[in-house]
Amino acid sequence: MLQGWVIIVCSFAYLGVLFAIAYYGDKRADARRSIIANPYVYSLSLGVYATAWTFYGSVGRAASNGIGFLPIYLGPTLIIALWWLVLRKIIRITKVNRITSLADFIGSRYGKSALLAGLASIIAVVGIVPYISLQLKAVSTSFTILVHYPQINMPITLETTPLLGDTAIYVALLLAAFSILFGTRHLDASERHEGMVAAIAFESLVKLLAFLAVGVFVTFGIYDGFGDTFARAAANPDLRPLLTPLDGVAGSYGSWVWLTILSMFAIMFLPRQFQVSVVENVDENHINKAMWLFPLYMLAINIFVLPLAFGGVMHFPKGVVDADTFVLTIPMAEHQQGLALLVFIGGLSAATGMVIVETIALSTMLCNDLAMPVLLRSKILRLRERKDLSGLLLGIRRGAIVVVLLLGYCYFRLAGEAYALVSIGLISFAAVAQFAPVILGGIFWKGGTRMGALAGLSTGFLVWAYTLLLPAFAKSGWLPISFLEQGPLGIALLKPQQLFGLAGLDETTHALIWSMLSNIGAYVAVSLAGRPSAIEQTQATLFVDVFKQTGKIGGSRFWRGTASVPDLHALLVRFLGPEQADEAFASYARQRALKSVDEIKADADLVHFAETQLAGAIGAASSRVMVASVVEEEPLGIEEVMNILDETSQAIAYSHKLEEKSRELEAATAELRTANERLKEIDKLKDDFVSTVSHELRTPLTSIRALSEIVHGNPDLNNAERTKFLGIIVKESERLTRLINQVLDLSKIESGNVEWNTTEVNLKEIIEDSVSATSQLIKENHAKLELKVPDHVPVIRVDRDRIMQVVINMVSNAVKFCDRRAGLVSIRLHQNAHSVQVDVRDNGPGISPRDQQIIFEKFRQGGDTMTEKPQGTGLGLAISRHIIEHFNGTLWVESTIGHGATFSFRLPLTKESDHGVPFAALDQET
Amino acid sequence: MIPSSIKGQRLVALFLLGCLLFNYPLLYLFNSSREIFGIPLLYAYIFAAWAMLIGLMAWVVEGTGRKGSKD
Repeated sequence: MLQGWVIIVCSFAYLGVLFAIAYYGDKRADARRSIIANPYVYSLSLGVYATAWTFYGSVGRAASNGIGFLPIYLGPTLIIALWWLVLRKIIRITKVNRITSLADFIGSRYGKSALLAGLASIIAVVGIVPYISLQLKAVSTSFTILVHYPQINMPITLETTPLLGDTAIYVALLLAAFSILFGTRHLDASERHEGMVAAIAFESLVKLLAFLAVGVFVTFGIYDGFGDTFARAAANPDLRPLLTPLDGVAGSYGSWVWLTILSMFAIMFLPRQFQVSVVENVDENHINKAMWLFPLYMLAINIFVLPLAFGGVMHFPKGVVDADTFVLTIPMAEHQQGLALLVFIGGLSAATGMVIVETIALSTMLCNDLAMPVLLRSKILRLRERKDLSGLLLGIRRGAIVVVLLLGYCYFRLAGEAYALVSIGLISFAAVAQFAPVILGGIFWKGGTRMGALAGLSTGFLVWAYTLLLPAFAKSGWLPISFLEQGPLGIALLKPQQLFGLAGLDETTHALIWSMLSNIGAYVAVSLAGRPSAIEQTQATLFVDVFKQTGKIGGSRFWRGTASVPDLHALLVRFLGPEQADEAFASYARQRALKSVDEIKADADLVHFAETQLAGAIGAASSRVMVASVVEEEPLGIEEVMNILDETSQAIAYSHKLEEKSRELEAATAELRTANERLKEIDKLKDDFVSTVSHELRTPLTSIRALSEIVHGNPDLNNAERTKFLGIIVKESERLTRLINQVLDLSKIESGNVEWNTTEVNLKEIIEDSVSATSQLIKENHAKLELKVPDHVPVIRVDRDRIMQVVINMVSNAVKFCDRRAGLVSIRLHQNAHSVQVDVRDNGPGISPRDQQIIFEKFRQGGDTMTEKPQGTGLGLAISRHIIEHFNGTLWVESTIGHGATFSFRLPLTKESDHGVPFAALDQET
Repeated sequence: MIPSSIKGQRLVALFLLGCLLFNYPLLYLFNSSREIFGIPLLYAYIFAAWAMLIGLMAWVVEGTGRKGSKD
């Protein structure tokens, strides 16, 4: 049944189904009803990680060292836990900047550097070629084995096979044609291939089902479940050590760890993984489901690896059948033709999936990041003047796919035999791991520079080539084997697999340690040693802070210059073709709610839009060069870029300042309001004062005028009456003068225009002088004066005349209000530690508590001013209180109705007296 | 660093847990010739831990994703 033509027909039928799915996917995408816009298809498409290497090679590796193959799947499971933080960021950056490949990503991050993108493309191609050859090897080997059914023969060595009789060359050409059909049927600015993704997701299902089928057949058909398989394996002396493999068979724990790390990088930075997980991603939120569905997929495809490996070892005599082919040869040996064919199709799907995605990703890189920059710069080809370049772009990509596959075939012919599948795959893993520092550093660290990235990538790549690629060549006979065993030119220290004497590690671990050390070291050191240019700073910020940029794409902020719409349109037409260009402009107009394409203005946004559209087709670096050729750009200096970057932080700072200012303003307003209130109050007080003063002035004036008119109009007035009237006139005039003096006095004191003549004064003298000054008044009122003043009174620093004014005021008040018949005024001076106090007591009617509050106010007097004749101006106490308060003292009254009143003031002692200078001594001085 | 940071923190914790589970001291403990349900202990341990990790990841992303913690 399994003749060659049957297998070939089945293979083509399978590929036909794939193509139908891809075609349907593309049609649906064109109709904007995507079939891949769901997380399940996204998760399945990630299954492109499982290649023919997984399908055949895992069992091969498990047969020789048990569980040692697992880190290749555990690593991805672990790093996927961080995808929400890392991959989501990479996807966002890619979408915002229209990045289409891994090399483009690196070049774009470090200042849209064409050199860096080119280097990354070369590393990717060189690194991936062995991996592609591995797929070719798997397909051609499995075909050759299957076609010899029912015999189980290992394929004869390749050297003896003529080129045209080698299945691998046909496989390579077939896959090239298929990739071209899938990936480069037309040019799409976004570089997304919906049909291809749909086909890849389908392939993931096929290979999983095929592998599970053979796993179930072996474990439950040939043997009696897992327990039975393992029990038989434990009884087999060859397999027994594999059950506790970490004792040395699988290498040390160290290589286990390094393999885990290596595969962490691989799942993110293999070009095909970048393609499906980042470039082809439809919605960031699909990551959520993929984060557990894809690890589950890996778990499922690995469950039967060990039973298959042990089954194969137990089934076949030692050394006859290559362990890499157990998946296929066990069903053949059991004469399960259908199952064997299914396994072959499964292996084919694993290989084709990988090859299609990988070559499309690599061809994009080769075209955009290597060929275009060179072609656009070369003057001979005059590409810049050609009208439509979209055909050329497609041609380059198709050519690149063929070249990559032929390179893979060459590697297969020349080096493939020396290695098992897993080892070939690990060489590629180690190569793409070189991208990890510049990408991860690039999205989390703004300090990485173009020179740093160039240094890191190139040293890492060189060390990788020296420690992994050259030994592979040496083992294949391309280089003398002495290169490996004695080192180049016999220098043992430079032995590629024991560099600087680092021995005891497997070759992958050894290469990874040295390449990572030199890669990270050079990247960090050179980055820190140099200074980034303006565009590097710009791109670093756009990448690292991608989540902080909201809404509008930030790139156009960094552009300034002049451009014209027709020029930009013509540029897009040249690279994308007329339809795509028109569609792009139409969607640009729609996005900005413009009525038609004619309304589009040639501003920074449009230039940025055109550049990102072109970036999709020819890569960021070339796109920048092309756009620069049709617009006039004013270069931004590093200072300006930094200013723009600072804008956000400045805006925040400004708003803080504004808030502060408004708070200050509010406070000032409140102050002003209270000040205004106070002014109004004072104004009212002034009005009151003026009216009171006028009233007070009018009273004596009225009586003076009335009496003067009497004297004037009655010349025959007797002498006695005339004298009496004149006496009253004189008295009232005196009162008027006093009143005016006091008003002036008070207003001077209140406005602060008084000159205070402060000297050291003995209070005792003041009291005595005041008493003698008022002795006439006392006599007139028949009052008795009692004086209680100690002999030694401390000096105080006050204005002598003013304090005397206060004391006289108090004494004359007391005399005026004391008892009419047995008036008694007593003056008392006493002191305590910090102050001296003077009390003036009378035995008059006393002051009611209500009046005690108001007598110190201007023009207010105790008693009823309406019925009783006022006894003074009503300003004396107000003035006194001002004077005492000026010297930091207090003036108050204590009184009970019917028991007289006591006016007291207290003045603080001066410093010298405070410090305990004896009173006697002071007394003598004065 | 990103909104829905509790989800991010949980996932980082899972990453660290995974690093611990599939690494030296724990692996050494299970690297013996004993069996559990007829399956070598190490194999049973690794696959069980792996499945548990996947289950936890599903719980974190599906559980926290529903409550609208997308940014």
